[in-house]
Amino acid sequence: MYDFSIILASVINGTMTGAVYALVALGLTLIYGVLHIINFAHGSMLMVAMYAAFFLFAAGGIDPYVALPLVAALAFAFGYALQRSVISKTSHGRDEIILLVTLGISIVIENAALFFFTSNERLVTLPYDIEGIDLGVTFLVVPQLAAFGASLVITFLLWLFMARTDTGKAIRAVAKERLGARLVGINVDHIFAISFGIGTACVGAAACLLVPTFPVTPQIGYVFVLIAFTVVVLGGMGSFVGALIGGLIIGIAESVGGLFFGETLGKISISLIFILVLLFRPTGLFGQRLR
Amino acid sequence: MTGTMGWRIFWLVLGALAIVAPWIITSGFWINFLILTLFLAFLGQGWNIMGGYGGQFSFGHAVFFGTGAYIQAILQSKFGWNPWLTLWFAMAGGVLVAAFIGYLSFRYGLRGSYFALITLAFAEAFRVLATAAEGVTEGGKGILIALNQDPERSFAMMQFATGTGYYYFILILTVLSLVVVWAMERSRFGAQLVAVRENEDAAEAIGVNAFRVKMGAICLSGAMTALGGVFYVQKFLLMDPNIAYGPTKSVEALVVPIIGGMGTVFGPLLGSAFLHTMGEITKEATQFFWQDRPGLDLIFYGVILVLVLAFLPNGLVGLIKGQWRGRRQGRAAERKKAVA
Repeated sequence: MYDFSIILASVINGTMTGAVYALVALGLTLIYGVLHIINFAHGSMLMVAMYAAFFLFAAGGIDPYVALPLVAALAFAFGYALQRSVISKTSHGRDEIILLVTLGISIVIENAALFFFTSNERLVTLPYDIEGIDLGVTFLVVPQLAAFGASLVITFLLWLFMARTDTGKAIRAVAKERLGARLVGINVDHIFAISFGIGTACVGAAACLLVPTFPVTPQIGYVFVLIAFTVVVLGGMGSFVGALIGGLIIGIAESVGGLFFGETLGKISISLIFILVLLFRPTGLFGQRLR
Repeated sequence: MTGTMGWRIFWLVLGALAIVAPWIITSGFWINFLILTLFLAFLGQGWNIMGGYGGQFSFGHAVFFGTGAYIQAILQSKFGWNPWLTLWFAMAGGVLVAAFIGYLSFRYGLRGSYFALITLAFAEAFRVLATAAEGVTEGGKGILIALNQDPERSFAMMQFATGTGYYYFILILTVLSLVVVWAMERSRFGAQLVAVRENEDAAEAIGVNAFRVKMGAICLSGAMTALGGVFYVQKFLLMDPNIAYGPTKSVEALVVPIIGGMGTVFGPLLGSAFLHTMGEITKEATQFFWQDRPGLDLIFYGVILVLVLAFLPNGLVGLIKGQWRGRRQGRAAERKKAVA
């Protein structure tokens, strides 16, 4: 039906986007793994970070790739403060209540963006965004390659951080056994906020990588939060490897789905995967336990 | 709440005021304000049956709203059916979708946040379908319902020339929804539903069929929410995939009962009245600085939602009854002291 080279091109393009999905999902899965919070505000934080990257570019002329460390650092501070000041204070009780608290936060963030920035689409146009490399079957532009490469590097760095540093070990300890971690002298509240901060920083980095290809609107967070949930559920809640592989699968599924079902209907593949995984394999590909 | 004499008089006066409101209020703006307040209370009541009484939090209630609205719009515009007839099909459609989602989710044991997420995914899947199925739904540009030109037939076509007609229409729907939920609360089914919310395993242990009870709740909720979609179509005479299945209606449906008081008969009405009033005040107060900038009232909704979740587990109804977190914890602490 379709030429093999077209499908191959679609798979390659999907892989490039999928790496960024993986980075966004990594933040979500980290927050879930440590705090057991499903952060509904993840997408709106991505949206805010995309606005930050856009305004740094539009007003300050700073290239989003140069601004990446700055935006990630700001996002970390925002996430840290949000956990310490709002979420830890309000999130008691059942997990649905915490999900609702993060929904409330996302409503506030999203409408604040709508109020201040209006719903106009904004896109960063880089001077070199049509340059790239020709693979024969498809042509990859710089923003795609940068998004793919940087996402993988950041994922690797994060893994290194979790495996090698004291803070990383403390985070893993808290994720495994809260009470035990507190008993050996780990400041659990601090680690919670650090984890939330790192999760948000992932989104800050992803925002800089997305902003040259995705136009920013206040509503874009909703699109990405659905994708990130799908990736995390598919990969297994709390699993790093799962987020990476899940991200790539979703990126490819979206791209190939678009090829077969058309641009509009192709988007259904994401929600369908989400529903099917939740129903039939709620632990995902790499998750250990869920409910 | 109707227990004491004072409350009974209060509700009687409120009811009388609701009936004569269109004679007192002549401004179209305020009639519209009342219509939207009642409409949101009605939507919220649909969510309240399943979320408030049943403890099954849905993040995608738009899936029922949109289905009802689309069936009402399509049968009228494409087949020329009478709106009073299509209404029943719209409600049946809502029940069908509810039964489908409920069967899958409850059969496979989804609870808590996972149930919330799957309803969200269903709403999104329906939104994509409605956008893609252009032959049926006109896709992204949406369906327009022909305006009824004949004033004699305004009731027959369920289209009213003035706000007063729509006001009584939604007032009747809201009162019916209050009666249904009031009766449900006092029924065997209602008691079983609350038992499932409080502890599903314990409820099963004493012989409640949790699956059937939850199915009943989601179907009733789906029917009521679809009827909300019917009202929306008749009032605004248009429907598109984002209004139908977008996140806005899902969020509105859950915010109102949570703020008003989940699992209470009057919670959704109270929540809707409170939010709309405060939203309007915020708009008026800031009109001088920012004219017609969207978003401000919703920022306010979000803040109130977080505050209520943090401090008022039983919403505004709980506040009226004098239950808030600080006080309850205080009592618990006193009890502990007494035990010690």
